[in-house]
Amino acid sequence: MSRISNAFKKEKAFIGFVVAGDPDLKVTVENVLALEDGGADLVEIGIPFSDPVADGPVIQDADQRALNQNVNTEDVFELVRLIREQSDIPLVFLTYANLVFKSGYETFCKKCVDLEVSGMIIPDLPYEEQDDLLVVMEQNDLDLIQLITPTSKERIPKLAKRARGFIYVVSSMGITGTRNEFKEDISQLTNEIKKYTTVPIAIGFGIHTPIQAVEMSHLADGIIVGSEIVRIAHEDSPQRLMTYIQEMKDAIS
Amino acid sequence: MSTKHGHYGEYGGQFVPETLMNELTKIETSYQEAKNDPEFQQEVHDLLNNYANRPSLLSYAKRMSDDLGGAQIYFKREDLNHTGAHKINNVIGQALLAKRMGKTRLIAETGAGQHGVATATIAALLGMECEIYMGKEDTERQKLNVYRIELLGAKVHPVTTGSMVLKDAVNAAMQAWTQRVDDTFYVLGSAVGPHPFPEMVHDFQSVISKEAKQQILAETGKLPDAVVACVGGGSNAIGSFAAFIDDSEVALIGCEAAGKGVDTKQTAATIERGSTGIFHGMKSKFMQNEDGQIDEVYSISAGLDYPGVGPEHSALADMHRAQYVGITDDEAVDAFEYIAKTEGIVAAIESSHAIAYVKKLAPTMRKDQVIICTISGRGDKDVASIAKYRGVDVDE
Repeated sequence: MSRISNAFKKEKAFIGFVVAGDPDLKVTVENVLALEDGGADLVEIGIPFSDPVADGPVIQDADQRALNQNVNTEDVFELVRLIREQSDIPLVFLTYANLVFKSGYETFCKKCVDLEVSGMIIPDLPYEEQDDLLVVMEQNDLDLIQLITPTSKERIPKLAKRARGFIYVVSSMGITGTRNEFKEDISQLTNEIKKYTTVPIAIGFGIHTPIQAVEMSHLADGIIVGSEIVRIAHEDSPQRLMTYIQEMKDAIS
Repeated sequence: MSTKHGHYGEYGGQFVPETLMNELTKIETSYQEAKNDPEFQQEVHDLLNNYANRPSLLSYAKRMSDDLGGAQIYFKREDLNHTGAHKINNVIGQALLAKRMGKTRLIAETGAGQHGVATATIAALLGMECEIYMGKEDTERQKLNVYRIELLGAKVHPVTTGSMVLKDAVNAAMQAWTQRVDDTFYVLGSAVGPHPFPEMVHDFQSVISKEAKQQILAETGKLPDAVVACVGGGSNAIGSFAAFIDDSEVALIGCEAAGKGVDTKQTAATIERGSTGIFHGMKSKFMQNEDGQIDEVYSISAGLDYPGVGPEHSALADMHRAQYVGITDDEAVDAFEYIAKTEGIVAAIESSHAIAYVKKLAPTMRKDQVIICTISGRGDKDVASIAKYRGVDVDE
């Protein structure tokens, strides 16, 4: 969809992630606007889930804080509506398969179209299980973001060929959360992907410092930052968040 | 029932992060090879018979049958296995598969601790490293098993996320697995999770019903009228049902933990109260809210305190091939005491859910009818908490 490709049009893209409802729904709107003001090109709106198995403690705790305030899927849709009153930044939802399944694939996709959300990232919906949802997403011109990891290996061609929007390259094994070093050879992974697709590549998992951002941005079309944004959103203000995004965006520009 | 690439009707599948997909495919391929390799099957058989004490007895419960005054009751005695529960059947199979795949390290989740003990036991026997994930709440409910696991040389990680019970232990074990797959095999203890785990657990646990079928035919000359087993994730139940699924005249009954009652929030009766969803790698029935957030469930039994159920059980329920009933804490505790006094067996609180249903079912049947009830494990681990439930303070 064009909105996602807009994010990758200029220089290297900065993609940020927020947990909807942490610290609360109102501040999440401010945080997304702060991300945009700081220079983010795309924002992943995390719909909190009770059991986020692909996420580390920082995002797990944020999901739990949001759920403790009874944030539900409908509230997250309302939050996006409020964002859309003030911003046309490209957005995707990041959530777990069960929430989309329980909404109903048709209903969820229609909501995305209404709210001008361009796609979805669903960490527990691998290639083999995507068919039912993909049919509906394609009818609605929505992009299902494919994740490719250091263990994908011979799966890379089929994942890359199905990719739309952008490809989420998972930098390291395990779960989300800040890391101080990256053990895997990511350039080999991104080079392999580029053989099969021209869809932009963004690297995520573990990135939190400007130095890491620069290093990763050389290998891809964009970088994704999640846990560090969630940490600042919890501990600090939208203003601080904006400054952080500016530092990161400056580093990769 | 037959599975088409890990699907049981609309249930099953492989809903896991991409990081694990290649590993699952490897396990699937290795398992299919092993399944058709007589040498592997022999290895499993040898350990089952010469280490785990199989075949387990099928004992006639004369006093209980007389007392209830209906069907004749036979117990399939998985409590007599080495390590005291059916869990060892599956662990032997999966650990030997892990070894065959060149893995040196086993990880597992555990609820009541039985699966953790079984995994730690086989890890010790095969000289493999072992780490067990157990909800902090369960480490407190089952202190003896924690010590037992450590005694066997494994490490216990108390899990402090969520409600700190079995569901959270599965989350933590899956997360640990995504961090380290190269040398590590995740020994899933129940008939849940992504394909091929439900199929492997079905196959390795089906020894229960294969033996029971032969034993009951030898004893009574006919098939049983009903097979009763408790269901959390459903491993002992699927093992107890497997060889009888095609015998449509045999009623299959799974007993879920109703906790304080199926109409209360403090229940774990997934098939009765849950709805279809996607969680822990599978599409199946789950206790969840209308948005799809997974509920915190409750049961006195740490082993049945799980918000989901294996995909094959969901399919068997939809097809009406098996029936699932809820048993409350009170009923299970009564049954725990009843079988101790009537038959001299201290059965696990999990198994006591099945016994509780037999107490209701047997009197409604004729004397020439037969029930097989699986006693999935022994109840030593539960004595202190049952005493507490009755207001008696015993030193563990």
